[in-house]
Amino acid sequence: MSARNRELLGLIPVAGLLIAGFAAVFVVRSDEVADASLIFGAYFFAICLAAHIFLRIRLPNADPYLFPLVALLAAIGLVMLYRIDEGLARDQANWFVVGLALFMLTIIFLRDYHVLERYRYLIVVGGLTLLLLPRVPGIGSQVNGAYLGVELGPLSFQPAELGKLAIVIFLASYLREHREVLVVGAKRIAGITFPPLKHLGPMLVVWGAAMLMLVFIRDLGSSLMFFGAFLALIYTATNRVSFVIIGLAMFLVGAWFFATTVGHVGDRIDTWLDPYQDASGTGYQVLQSMFAQADGGLFGRGIGESLLWAPGAKETVENTLIPAVETDFIYALIVNELGLFGGCGVITIYALIAARGFKIASLARDGFSKLLAAGLTAVFALQAFVIIGGVIRVIPLTGVTLPLISYGGSSVIANMVLVALLLLISDRARRPEPEAPR
Amino acid sequence: MNVPIRRLLAVALVLFALLVGFTSQWSVFDAAELEAKVDNKRPLFEAQQIKRGKITAADGQVIANSRKEGDDESFQYVRQYPTGSLFAHPIGYSFITQGTSGFERAENATLTGEENEFVSIIDQIRGQRREGSDIVTTLDASAQQLATDQLQATGRPGAVVAIEPSTGAVKVMASTPSFDPNRVPEDLDEFNDADPSVLTNRAIQELYPPGSTFKVVTAAAALDSGAATPDTVLSGASPQTFSGVPLSNAGGEPFGDIDMRTALTHSVNTYFAQLGEMVGTETLLEYMDRFGFGKDPEVQLPDEQKAASGVFVIDDKRGGFKQVDEGFDLARVAIGQGGEEGEVRASVTQMAEVAATVANGGELMKPTLIEKVIDPDGRVTDELDPEVQSEVMSDETAAALAEMMTSVTVEGTAAGLSVPGAESFAGKTGTAEINIEQDIAQPWFIAFAPVEDPQIAVAVTTDPCAGCFGGEVAGPIATAVMSEILGG
Repeated sequence: MSARNRELLGLIPVAGLLIAGFAAVFVVRSDEVADASLIFGAYFFAICLAAHIFLRIRLPNADPYLFPLVALLAAIGLVMLYRIDEGLARDQANWFVVGLALFMLTIIFLRDYHVLERYRYLIVVGGLTLLLLPRVPGIGSQVNGAYLGVELGPLSFQPAELGKLAIVIFLASYLREHREVLVVGAKRIAGITFPPLKHLGPMLVVWGAAMLMLVFIRDLGSSLMFFGAFLALIYTATNRVSFVIIGLAMFLVGAWFFATTVGHVGDRIDTWLDPYQDASGTGYQVLQSMFAQADGGLFGRGIGESLLWAPGAKETVENTLIPAVETDFIYALIVNELGLFGGCGVITIYALIAARGFKIASLARDGFSKLLAAGLTAVFALQAFVIIGGVIRVIPLTGVTLPLISYGGSSVIANMVLVALLLLISDRARRPEPEAPR
Repeated sequence: MNVPIRRLLAVALVLFALLVGFTSQWSVFDAAELEAKVDNKRPLFEAQQIKRGKITAADGQVIANSRKEGDDESFQYVRQYPTGSLFAHPIGYSFITQGTSGFERAENATLTGEENEFVSIIDQIRGQRREGSDIVTTLDASAQQLATDQLQATGRPGAVVAIEPSTGAVKVMASTPSFDPNRVPEDLDEFNDADPSVLTNRAIQELYPPGSTFKVVTAAAALDSGAATPDTVLSGASPQTFSGVPLSNAGGEPFGDIDMRTALTHSVNTYFAQLGEMVGTETLLEYMDRFGFGKDPEVQLPDEQKAASGVFVIDDKRGGFKQVDEGFDLARVAIGQGGEEGEVRASVTQMAEVAATVANGGELMKPTLIEKVIDPDGRVTDELDPEVQSEVMSDETAAALAEMMTSVTVEGTAAGLSVPGAESFAGKTGTAEINIEQDIAQPWFIAFAPVEDPQIAVAVTTDPCAGCFGGEVAGPIATAVMSEILGG
């Protein structure tokens, strides 16, 4: 069976799942299955089909499993958002249309994505500017102590979402060029290979950028996500574990330093270690998340059947028992309503996407493609890990979105572009007759 | 570069496995612990969304029901008590913040439809919300109303309990002053501070010296153990010395050598003091035990809202109330009083059980408030099935006692009373001395009717008053309540 036929086959169950999910919410709400669930399902399937036909024409050899997996996450997100608030699901569906448009534009205009290498410095400056935008007075906005949002009039977006793409593109390009230099002249001390000191320069620069994020953006999670992606890339480029060890050590020392000197970073860590010490204050959010998960159990309460609002409370998105349930804490609601099985299902989808992404990287034929695919996959997987980990208290709570499930336009758009880049790399790698070397 | 890429995937899988591990910790392994946390308000919120069953009187009059507020997901049920304070004492209240009391608390599992894990999973699959069962009580609304009105008319706190002797069905449980359970969410503090207490169920939570009504217990022990017969003759002279202290009859009235029938009819203290000593401590306690003394009445109310009757050493200074089984002045305990070494205290429910036992041929039926339980699908899942709590005395003893108690109402201390609707009735007055100098006494009356085929047994008391006699204060309330229940 051809790759594209496999993709089409994969999309059918996704549409079915979406229809079933919407139907479940309808049943709980009004004890009847309205046509709307079918309309929603058909609409979603139509959009996916359009994207699929587009891929059939433009990228016939690309990985067949990636897009159905992405659609699956989107379907889960839409169902959960619909369960929270109908308006949110409608907005999110519209963002998906926009996201798919950018997905197609990326594939059309970056058919040869190697052009990105040429503009890498422009891209990295743009990326860093994006990251620091939330601290610009007047347009930056603070959520839960972290500076992750920008508000321009009625429009608000999270620049870190697009920033991560820029940083990964830059690093992939930079390391492709300098990887040999980093490996040459290494010394072995106590069985570990250490690079020469002068080549630690770029590492220090990126470490500095991560620390800057910690202090300026005040979000340990996004800082961890960027630095983790960097370590993944430098490890892929050099195959030297020593870089990773040195990098992690530097990060931990830096994080520890800022945790003890910068109050809000320390507070986050104290709350993580013992949320009960201020159960109605700083510990409130993560405790509500844990209580919701405990309520879910093995199989969950069922879609639409968990206690989302306190009895007598006004049913608004701001008023939910789980705070920020449509963005940061959507995973807690998934476990509440779909149980441990639902939660594991979502994690498995992310793991499968990671597997496909790294597969694409290993199939890629040139260094930049390999590094770009590995970096994009790493940053995507890390983002999922960092936010789910924060919600379930594996790490301190952070303010990034759950990719493709959380509500939010910037996240949807950035991740659709990310997927487009992976598919571009995949198509080139799997083409039966390789092009002549550039 | 493919080796590091494979290793990266391995690292990613380890990280995702960590997420699975923590998710299972919160959602499954630590779930019970998390649900029990004080900071976790979810169980409380969920209780607000369960439709509690309706509680009705025997005639269907609604005592408690739940009103749904809000149509959306954040709906809640709020408890309502259409009869206000009338049934507040046996039924109690149930509110999320203020808690649950009385019958509402004792029958919480039935009223909230508590189920085992298996049934609740089935219900979840069927998409059914948990819903409580309705309970039809044995309570007689009009008799309860009458009892409450009559108690209020005395101007003093008091209580009435009426039980159907053959089934143990509690028809009346009235206690005044009462409170309106609808006002609990706003006024619980006010209720807590009220003096005299409005939250105390005087029918079962409070113990009083039973006075001469206790002579029925002494007589039962004497007759049934064989220590005496109705014809046993003893001196009714007054005063006579017991434990070195003179004991007088009511009003100091002397009697000659009399039998037990005459002694009970006229409530002769000196006769029963001697009878008590003839019976002995051990036998008297044995019969008290059979009547239910020494443990909480078995009716469906919370343990902390019931009191066990018995013989107590009362230490007023420390507020101590210690049950004793020896060393007390047997002669004075036998007439429902006592001394420093121990005195009898009984709840109104306990004394109603004494009357009901005599009425039921010596068998004490387990008292109950539940006529039937109806599940949300309309099926009757439980129905009053009369249960013998204990075999107190033989049929013959009970018949002899009944005959003597009838004499009380014909020619004795309750001669002026009658029960419209019953040809005859049996009773025993009680006037427990609280303060001899000021002539303050606790008035009591226990009775059952009709004598030939007893349908109802009753016990009444009110707080002590000066110059009060059981036959005058408590008697008329008892006869009125019995008459109401008998449809007279």
